[in-house]
Amino acid sequence: MSALTDRWARLSGKRFTDALIKTIVYLLLLSIGFSMLLPFLWMVSTSLKSMGRVFSFPPQWIPDPPLWRNYIDAFSQEARYYHWTRWLANSVLIAVGTIIGNILSNSIVAFGFARLQFPGRDFLFLVLMSTMMLPFAVTIIPLFLMFSKIGWIDTFKPLIAPSFFGNAFYIFLIRQFYLTIPLEMDEAARIDGASSLQIWMRVILPLSRPVLAAVAIFTFIHSWNDFLWPLIVINAATKWTLQLGLLSFRQDQMATNWHHMMVISTLMALPCLTIFFAAQRYFIQGITVTGIKG
Amino acid sequence: MVLLSKRLPSLLAVRPVRRRKILRSLEGYLFISPWIIGSLAFSLGPILAALGVSFMRWTIEGTPRFIGLSNYVTMFTYDPRYLKSLRVTLTYVLVGVPLQLLVALGMAVLLNQRVKGQNVFRTIFYMPAVVSGVAASILWQWMFQPDFGIINNLLKTTVGIQGPQWLYSEEWALPSMMIMKCWGVGATMVIFLAVLQDVPQHLYEAAELDGAGRWSKFRHVTLPMISPVIFFNMVMGIIGGFQTFTPGYVMTRGGPADATLFYALYLYYNAFEYSKMGYAAAMAWVLFVIILVITLIQFWGSRRWVYYYAGEAR
Repeated sequence: MSALTDRWARLSGKRFTDALIKTIVYLLLLSIGFSMLLPFLWMVSTSLKSMGRVFSFPPQWIPDPPLWRNYIDAFSQEARYYHWTRWLANSVLIAVGTIIGNILSNSIVAFGFARLQFPGRDFLFLVLMSTMMLPFAVTIIPLFLMFSKIGWIDTFKPLIAPSFFGNAFYIFLIRQFYLTIPLEMDEAARIDGASSLQIWMRVILPLSRPVLAAVAIFTFIHSWNDFLWPLIVINAATKWTLQLGLLSFRQDQMATNWHHMMVISTLMALPCLTIFFAAQRYFIQGITVTGIKG
Repeated sequence: MVLLSKRLPSLLAVRPVRRRKILRSLEGYLFISPWIIGSLAFSLGPILAALGVSFMRWTIEGTPRFIGLSNYVTMFTYDPRYLKSLRVTLTYVLVGVPLQLLVALGMAVLLNQRVKGQNVFRTIFYMPAVVSGVAASILWQWMFQPDFGIINNLLKTTVGIQGPQWLYSEEWALPSMMIMKCWGVGATMVIFLAVLQDVPQHLYEAAELDGAGRWSKFRHVTLPMISPVIFFNMVMGIIGGFQTFTPGYVMTRGGPADATLFYALYLYYNAFEYSKMGYAAAMAWVLFVIILVITLIQFWGSRRWVYYYAGEAR
């Protein structure tokens, strides 16, 4: 103890405050890190407990024994009502559809804004940027009325089709990337007789894999977690997404089967977390570009 | 060379070049046409259509009937739940968004202190942001569970205090959701961190020569340099905050006693549970105007505090 105080005493003035601040910074980082992880740990921990252990005090952090069976039992409950595989397939199908739509439409539009000249381009780009601020909540009623008029309710079309018409965030993200590709490449291709469409397909697209990966990842996360819009346009239980399925599961299990709900929550979070760990670079770059230059 | 090849044909033959120019422009519009069609069909069009619907009495089954401004009058004079939802949402936005920005900025500043394991911390801080929707809401409902949830357990075992009833308490339900939202500020934090790392080092050195301490450097160099990004995050955070729906719908269904009746949630109930499409559309339009006005005020006010650095190009 005294050796420690001696050392602290010797670190006088600035060095002392520096060391103190460094210690505080690490303590804060560790405690924030713990708070961020806590919900995940609690979720996984609960998912491996028996119902009795779920409601024990003080709580047990490491389930003893871990009930891996929960991961099967959670799904065997009243299989008649819970079409988990169907909902998984629906969620995946919608995610794949929106990824294709977003990559195609946004890269075409971004090509127009970044590589072609036309009157009013910069003004239209400003309009595009301001549409980012249009609140989705304001549009849901007319959209619902429109889609029910054309008979699209209870189909995946309202969930997928809009992605084929561009999204301001992704257009912006891709455009920023396209601007970094030298224009000489387009000109060279044009001299060789390539049309704009060919330049987009043969020159620009092959170079833009990183940014398209970022768009695909963001689209997946968004589509996977989307809740309000599927809730509005999908009624039939066979057409539900996992989010809607989990909601109905929660409403039936309310306040008892927390371990089963945590099993399903864990499994639903897993794809997003896996993608995040596998492709962290794309996340960080994508977010940084839209946030800083926006 | 490029200049010459561009100019020469225009001197020799004007008409074909002009024709090509028009074709080029048409091509440009063609390329951006998906977005033009999409924003007309899926956002600008519907926003205008909502205005039309807001003057109607419109049930999902029946035929719509024009009733003028009745929906708007009802909203502000005969519907205390509407006013409550407006109050709840304003509180959530005015307290919650600054809180999120502070938390995100704080985390970014800590990470920017040239610490060891910066990437590991960044990963952990960002992780929650990829989990949202129903699963996240259910998870937090379990965290906040008053008797067996981990939050009250930790409060009891480490601090020795009895935690509140959280989502079951009229007082604490909304703050619970603000806390939950702070868990998912990863994206904002990443943006702040990137811009903090971009502040030119020589500005700090110059400030040090002038005898600036830590706080003074943060206040007079860092804050002005990152103010455009604070502004961006604030504008987007407020717009997003006004549209909060999922936590209210999943965790509390707007209760207890409408304490978490978010604007978007009440709008949803009116449209899809009470079958009052016209009324919900009128609510949507008021929301649109509120967001518009608040955003414009922010842009107008930003001239006073947002600083655009015109230093070396990046």
